[in-house]
Amino acid sequence: MWQWFHKLGSPKWFFGIAGRLMPWLGWSALIVLTAGVVWGLLFAPADYQQGDSYRIIFIHVPSAYLGQSLYVAMAVAGVVGLVWRMKMADTFIASATAVGAAMTFLALLTGAVWGKPTWGTWWVWDARLTSMLLLLFLYLGVMALRGAMEDPDVRARASAILVIVGVVNIPIIKYSVEWWNTLHQPATIKVTEAPSMPASMWVPLLICLLGFHLLVAWLILWRMRNDILLRERRARWVRDWVLAQ
Amino acid sequence: MTSTLLEARQIHCERDDRPLFSGLDFRVGSGELWRIAGPNGVGKTTLLRILAGLNPAFEGELLWQGEPVHRVRTQYQANLLFLGHNAGVSSSLTAYENLAGWQAMRTPAVPEQVMAALADAGLSGYEDLPAAQLSAGQQRRVALARLYLSSAPLWILDEAFTAVDREAVAQLEALLANRVRAGGAVILTTHHRLALEGVQVLTLGEGYDAV
Amino acid sequence: MRSEPRVPVRLQEQEGGWPRAAVETVRREWLIAFRNRQDLMNPLVFFVLIVSLFPLGVSPEPEFLRQAGPGIVWVAALLSILLSLNLLFRNDYADGHLEQWVLSPQPLALLALARVAAVWVTTVLPLVLLVPVLAVMLHLSPGTGLVLVLTLLVGTPVLVLVGAIGAALTVSLRGSGVLLVLIMTPFYVPVLIFGTGAVTAAVEGASITGHLALLGAMLSLAVVLAPLAIAGALRISVSNG
Repeated sequence: MWQWFHKLGSPKWFFGIAGRLMPWLGWSALIVLTAGVVWGLLFAPADYQQGDSYRIIFIHVPSAYLGQSLYVAMAVAGVVGLVWRMKMADTFIASATAVGAAMTFLALLTGAVWGKPTWGTWWVWDARLTSMLLLLFLYLGVMALRGAMEDPDVRARASAILVIVGVVNIPIIKYSVEWWNTLHQPATIKVTEAPSMPASMWVPLLICLLGFHLLVAWLILWRMRNDILLRERRARWVRDWVLAQ
Repeated sequence: MTSTLLEARQIHCERDDRPLFSGLDFRVGSGELWRIAGPNGVGKTTLLRILAGLNPAFEGELLWQGEPVHRVRTQYQANLLFLGHNAGVSSSLTAYENLAGWQAMRTPAVPEQVMAALADAGLSGYEDLPAAQLSAGQQRRVALARLYLSSAPLWILDEAFTAVDREAVAQLEALLANRVRAGGAVILTTHHRLALEGVQVLTLGEGYDAV
Repeated sequence: MRSEPRVPVRLQEQEGGWPRAAVETVRREWLIAFRNRQDLMNPLVFFVLIVSLFPLGVSPEPEFLRQAGPGIVWVAALLSILLSLNLLFRNDYADGHLEQWVLSPQPLALLALARVAAVWVTTVLPLVLLVPVLAVMLHLSPGTGLVLVLTLLVGTPVLVLVGAIGAALTVSLRGSGVLLVLIMTPFYVPVLIFGTGAVTAAVEGASITGHLALLGAMLSLAVVLAPLAIAGALRISVSNG
């Protein structure tokens, strides 16, 4: 197991494996997502309370979930990078930040799209959306810090610390925002559905979730390969690979 | 009979994606005076900061008395005196307060020793001036005054003779020689030509391969 | 210059006493603050200015100020703290003292905690002591003002502790303090929520012990974890030299 772990730290090995995985991920993402989104948006039954507008959850829930889990994954990478001094950990953080921010932004956007027909406004300060907004700020903070630092080693360690401190804060932020929300809006329709969804609804939801995971994995691997090429541009294997293209 | 204090093994360091040095092995023992030499920009300051434990961006091992430095960090730092490019002198505090504060972090402050050290560094009469009113050379002397308060076996001095005037250079050289004779160890860089015997030289830039 | 060493070479087997080093850290912080005491006024003036903007820009009606007052004071305090934190380590970084401090033979996290405590006393405590005056300007009742001071006393140390992490990460960077505000604001939101929540509860006559307990829990967490992050961040920034 440790051998595999240390292999993960080799840019060349990772580049090769990622290159072979990407076509599978890409095509299956396309197929699964299309299936899930089409099923959810067109064929799943309408909700008796919210009609057809609830359908946005097929995009909102996966993107919100991924926005959060990517940040946690970045924090894990940060720990790995600091403890085991792996450059690949920083490659992951560099690649995942933009994808996670995009997912979070998508979650906010779809939340707003959902809110409009339901409450009549594009934005409402409910617990979930506000937490998502703060998560987006956390991502933007990481991007801003990285943008201000030139030395790659310092940038790697500094963003690792910021992401680790951030992940500790995420549960605190969520709890406090939820508490704040119940204080100010006692009768709130939650943006997430209650778990009592019929199978004809949660099956397409799961499919969309899977599809988004595949898409995000493909995106991140793609970005990581680019980052590896950039970092290792002086190495011979990179030169050979570029020449062979 | 020297005992090895600091050992660097297979140090590899990069800057701006260029390797600075690679496969560097270096050992310093008590009673040794080392000078790191090489052209400007070759990485002398970077190497000194790596040896002092300030810069972790390297591969290889750094050992203090046989133990990895990152495991015995406070012990290493208790036995190390590092003088960098900046004097480390706060402009709001007087020369005395700067030096006494530095000493108080390590041992209980003894005012007479601090005054004596300032005098040794040629700052008699300037002890109570705010450092902002001292010249660059005088501020450097405040930093050098630490040499007279330090019991640390290892001194790492970056640009040791910067802003030191000509008469004081010979005296500082003698101080370092005497220190090393008394069992201390010194690693330094300097643009000044050392008029000392027994100085061992580690030259960067030639003889250490860029990968 | 003297050419004979004064102090004999001695190998230290254990590190220097940290209580003395912590005391010296605090002493130095206060000495420098005292020497530059005119600079201590800046966060105070900023604090009062921000608070004054709201009656001017929104409404001076007592009803509005009574309701919005606690939140205004908290936000203004938060911004003033971020402003002063931006300068926290900068002078030391510029003159080289920071790297000497990082090389001290004691655990850096302990020294960082001492430093942050000293900074809180010189920079934040004056803000909090000014709050009763602001409470009058904002038509808050004495009871509300008292709860406001209490929440600030417990909450602002958290802001300083967590903000020092950001200050340590950004000390080697050029540029304004906006980066620090951008990075730190999400971390400040929970403290803001519970701090103002406590005051709101007090106004409604409800108990505030729950809020204070939560703020206290955040403070305990920050006291234990933040110094470690501050020390790590300082080492990173110092290596950027």
